[in-house]
Amino acid sequence: MAEKILMKGNEAIGEAAIIAGCRHYFGYPITPQTELTEYMSKRMSNIGGVFVQAESEVAAINMVYGAAGAGARAMTSSSSPGISLKQEGISYIAGAELPCVIVNIMRGGPGLGSIQPSQCDYFQATKGGGHGDYRNIVLAPNSVQELADITVLSFELADEYRNPVMLLGDGALGQMMEPVDLTMIKTKNIVSKPWAATGLRGRKDPNIINSLHLKPENLEKHNIHLQEKYKEIRSKEVRYEAINTEDAELIMIAYGITSRIARSAMDMARNKGMKVGLLRPITLWPFPELVISKLAIRAQAFLTVELSAGQMVEDVRLAVNGAKPVYFYGRMGGMMPSPKEIYEQIVNIMYGKGGL
Amino acid sequence: MATHYCPGCHHGIIHRLVAEVIDELGVRDKAIGVASVGCSVLAYEYFTIDMFQAAHGRAPAVATGIKRVHSDATVFTYQGDGDLAAIGCGEIVHAAARGEKITTIFVNNAIYGMTGGQMAPTTLVNQVTTTSPYGRNLENSGMPIRISEMLSTIDGAKFIARVAVNNPTNMSKAKQAIKRAFEIQLRGEGFTMVEILSTCPTNWGKSPVEAATWLEENLIPYYPLGIFKAPEEVVK
Repeated sequence: MAEKILMKGNEAIGEAAIIAGCRHYFGYPITPQTELTEYMSKRMSNIGGVFVQAESEVAAINMVYGAAGAGARAMTSSSSPGISLKQEGISYIAGAELPCVIVNIMRGGPGLGSIQPSQCDYFQATKGGGHGDYRNIVLAPNSVQELADITVLSFELADEYRNPVMLLGDGALGQMMEPVDLTMIKTKNIVSKPWAATGLRGRKDPNIINSLHLKPENLEKHNIHLQEKYKEIRSKEVRYEAINTEDAELIMIAYGITSRIARSAMDMARNKGMKVGLLRPITLWPFPELVISKLAIRAQAFLTVELSAGQMVEDVRLAVNGAKPVYFYGRMGGMMPSPKEIYEQIVNIMYGKGGL
Repeated sequence: MATHYCPGCHHGIIHRLVAEVIDELGVRDKAIGVASVGCSVLAYEYFTIDMFQAAHGRAPAVATGIKRVHSDATVFTYQGDGDLAAIGCGEIVHAAARGEKITTIFVNNAIYGMTGGQMAPTTLVNQVTTTSPYGRNLENSGMPIRISEMLSTIDGAKFIARVAVNNPTNMSKAKQAIKRAFEIQLRGEGFTMVEILSTCPTNWGKSPVEAATWLEENLIPYYPLGIFKAPEEVVK
């Protein structure tokens, strides 16, 4: 039976990770994700799991590297400046093909920035972030329930593809409280990991967790293998939500907390008879580029709304490929747009300067 | 067995001592090593055990993650002075502070080897390197760090020793220290480290024999050998 409880976003991630079988969490406090670190410190000791407050974000991600390479479902979490520090480790994890979950509850930047919600780490999350040709699977939930569901999905995708998965939220999602049903979450069994370095334990050949390939031909081969894996992920794992896109003349594209504000703006526009739809990417990488390119055949224009100076809009423009105009509206520094503000952008596009 | 190390380098000897200790303690089946960045980055090619390759300085954090998953495993890091004393200074201090039940083999040759002989935190005053071409200058670079002395002030560190492998007597003492460090880890007592003074003939610009002499005349006086910290041994 469904059993809803009121939970903070950050705590829902923690509890869902435990449901997913995560017993190894390594973190470091930073606002606005600290409740997750605190939650894990409390719960892990109750259930015989491992919680280590690392001396730095750098150490935390390398503890994840060790635990993931040793075969455990491991997680770390942080917020924007802390995620920057983890990038070195994420590159090594991607290079060594280790499964792990990295939570980024974004705040304003650059630098120390603010502690308010933001989406200004989109480039960093989806384009690599660290050095080398690699991709993280990036998932962007937009409610506390989805934070929980997608946490579990993140562990499963990480194991399936032996790849780091980033759960990309923002300060608003991390801090907000909403009813969540954790009893309905289904988890797949943890897959066996014959590649893990566990100690030989009767095995004949050693397992080496490594991202070093000194011979150029070997490193190129490894990179080709990685790119083939990313191609498979692109073809199989695109997730999105489409609302009122069938007849829409103007399609908004927004993810995370922004998608909820955009949805209110869409409702206001629909009430005035304007044909406005919303496409919400749930996977930011792989990006739903094919879906958008198909929508560009019929829709007249796109409006990307983000809490940034315009980052995802570049992927939208690539997908639309010049077929239709792509407009952008963003707020920065922790400022959140109101539904009315976005509605005004819709009106401007549809009726301003000659209309669509 | 042949290694990729330069003639006169001590890594091969140290690898052998660590491998012998693992076999003598019968822990090969549950041993997990962490190779770090530097000349010993390929250490995993010389041990028939599961191993990790870690980013520069991060081996103690990686080992922490491993040990927290497999608490019954014998986990060790193998780090040079550039790796441990410079970029990884934070990780080694905090692994010791947590009393992490791992063993660190710290190979100190007072220079960066793999990148071609630059100054390390352990480079001696007036020692010439490619980034201290007029000799390490106290005013500019400070004094070399004595890692063993520093870590032995940390409560979580249970065994800290400095040894050398420049002659058979010292090799024997080095092996005893490594064995003791692993035994203390196996008893779950806390962090253990063996610092091993080592040569780098290539980057010191000396022959293997000259390098061994330079180690005796210069390194050992500044980095005295001995056991800095050890637990009360269990009375049998």
